[in-house]
Amino acid sequence: MSIRHQLLLAAGAVAGVLAVIPAKAQDAVKIGLILPMTGGQASTGKQIDNAVKLYMQQKGDTVAGRKIEVILKDDGAVPDNTKRLAQELIVNDKVSFIAGFGVTPAALAAAPLATQAKVPEIVMAAGTSIITERSPYIVRTSFTLAQSSTIIGDWAAKNGIKKVATLTSDYAPGNDALNFFKQNFTAGGGEIVEEVKVPLQNPDFAPFLQRMKDAKPDAVFVFVPAGQGGNFMKQYSERGLDKAGIKVIGPGDVMDDDLLNGMGDAALGTVTAHLYSAAHPSAMNKDFVAAYKKAYNQRPGFMAVGGYDGIHLIYEALKKTGGKTDGDALIEAMKGLKWESPRGPISIDPETRDIVQNIYIRKVEKVDGELYNVEFATFEAVKDSGKTKK
Amino acid sequence: MTTLFTILFDGVAYGMLLFVLACGLAVTLGLMNFVNLAHGAFAMTGGYVCAVLVNNSGWPFFAALPLAFVSSALIGVVLERSLYRHLYTRSHLDQVLFSIGLTFMSVASVDYIMGSSRIFIKLPAALEGQFDFFGVGIGRYRLMIIVICGLLTVGLQLILAKTRFGSRLRAAVDDPRAASGLGINVPQVFAFTFAFGCGLAGLGGALSAEILGLDPYFPLKFMIYFLIVVTVGGSSSITGPFLASLLLGIGDVAGKYYVPKMGPFVIYTIMIVILIWRPNGLFGRTAAR
Repeated sequence: MSIRHQLLLAAGAVAGVLAVIPAKAQDAVKIGLILPMTGGQASTGKQIDNAVKLYMQQKGDTVAGRKIEVILKDDGAVPDNTKRLAQELIVNDKVSFIAGFGVTPAALAAAPLATQAKVPEIVMAAGTSIITERSPYIVRTSFTLAQSSTIIGDWAAKNGIKKVATLTSDYAPGNDALNFFKQNFTAGGGEIVEEVKVPLQNPDFAPFLQRMKDAKPDAVFVFVPAGQGGNFMKQYSERGLDKAGIKVIGPGDVMDDDLLNGMGDAALGTVTAHLYSAAHPSAMNKDFVAAYKKAYNQRPGFMAVGGYDGIHLIYEALKKTGGKTDGDALIEAMKGLKWESPRGPISIDPETRDIVQNIYIRKVEKVDGELYNVEFATFEAVKDSGKTKK
Repeated sequence: MTTLFTILFDGVAYGMLLFVLACGLAVTLGLMNFVNLAHGAFAMTGGYVCAVLVNNSGWPFFAALPLAFVSSALIGVVLERSLYRHLYTRSHLDQVLFSIGLTFMSVASVDYIMGSSRIFIKLPAALEGQFDFFGVGIGRYRLMIIVICGLLTVGLQLILAKTRFGSRLRAAVDDPRAASGLGINVPQVFAFTFAFGCGLAGLGGALSAEILGLDPYFPLKFMIYFLIVVTVGGSSSITGPFLASLLLGIGDVAGKYYVPKMGPFVIYTIMIVILIWRPNGLFGRTAAR
């Protein structure tokens, strides 16, 4: 072997090493995960955190040659905290993504920071339509209330429900749900006979339910924050609304999988429109539910799926940019991404950066002694109508 | 017309529930002159004890109810002997800071042990649903609440007014020094009273899980209701908070039914009007002593 050969080999080896080094020597890609881990919304935060951890266990913590590091912060669903934490994460920890956001005000509070720092903000939970319009760096993997509320409105109008009384919590998502439902249901020929907005901190539904009962509707459209759904259903059957032949319909938040079993048989027969059910009959979902149950000893709900898809979106975007963390490039990479999620096929709308997904009509039934939302009709590739109107 | 009675019935049940939850607070605040904001924490303890016994250990609901009372009362007496009694002579601000701290600790520990999601107590089938009584819809569970709480109220009033213990308690409250001079063991009377109030809260917590919902934030969410009951009722007797609870319960339910848009404001309006009219509450003596 001549000296020249040896030199060439050495040079080649050095070049090879150099080519490898940048990938290894680069810092890890940091993701700031801001979730409510304490307070009334804590179950949302825990589900998302669980799902993100599960995904990283399954898929490994390296993407495009870069290690992924998640920094979890608890904002307690208080927007002021969210903003402060997002700022700290961006400035001190130099994160490449901020993600999570349990409630709409939290997601909105972080929006100006995402714009200013050009850091993608992945919304994994909050569901008000306007969120993605507040910054060109916001991408959502959860849902919007308009998606499920318009669909249940259409469905109800077409399926023999003529008169509906509504009971919604008096806050932004509740009003969104009510307005979108009303718009599609009345357009389909339905009539709203009674409209009640209940205070968010409402201890007892009795008087409102009595009003529903006296209005004698075909169905009650209900949207209350996830935790209150159980109370609502119990008092609904206590008051005999089920025996009076009044159905319960609504967006599926009320029948969240992680609460459904606690509601008891009162919940049977409730028809809701939603993006995810733990009973979704796909191989991918069965694996997901099994893995989640094994790891955390409970059923995943739609919040967990939002988190699972959120981290998947981050992984895929990094693959497309080859590990580069430039905010604009990442957002470009995310636009139009399509993949199979445990909830079914989903994609990111390139125009609005919001999620496009199937909405399923489901009915609560008993399967193997447990309550599940069993899907029986599908509306495919539903966009957020809260924006498409404009 | 029948709807009116259903509303009245629901209101009475709700009021009775508020009374059982809050009357322990009326005792500590009114009789012992101690501001105990951690009262809701004892109610929550009772609720969770009942839920664990019924849901996980398969106890019947009615057997678990007394245990909710006993466990809250036991925790109450332990805390009274170890912590609370040092604060009897301190200023109200110290008492407020101490008890609100205790509340936050209870919230965090229950969240840690039991998780943050709302839990329910599995009820026997006999308590579910409504029946018709001359066209008036009567909820079985609510009827049971009215019966239990009604009996309790009568019992409490009798104990306070007719028994030796009742007169000792009233004496100890009116003038602790003279009472101990007469051979009444004042700390013992206070400890017992405190524990009893906590036990009642525990029972109320167990009963209210079905109607108000039970989660770790219970003590904070309902603190305001307890305080309204005590301020409106005046804290010098059992009758005051009892009538105040009924008034608020009926006012709240009827307000939400007849004027749903204004519903949540009704009880606050009632409170403000009553307090302007009678600043010491409906049955208040002079509050400061």
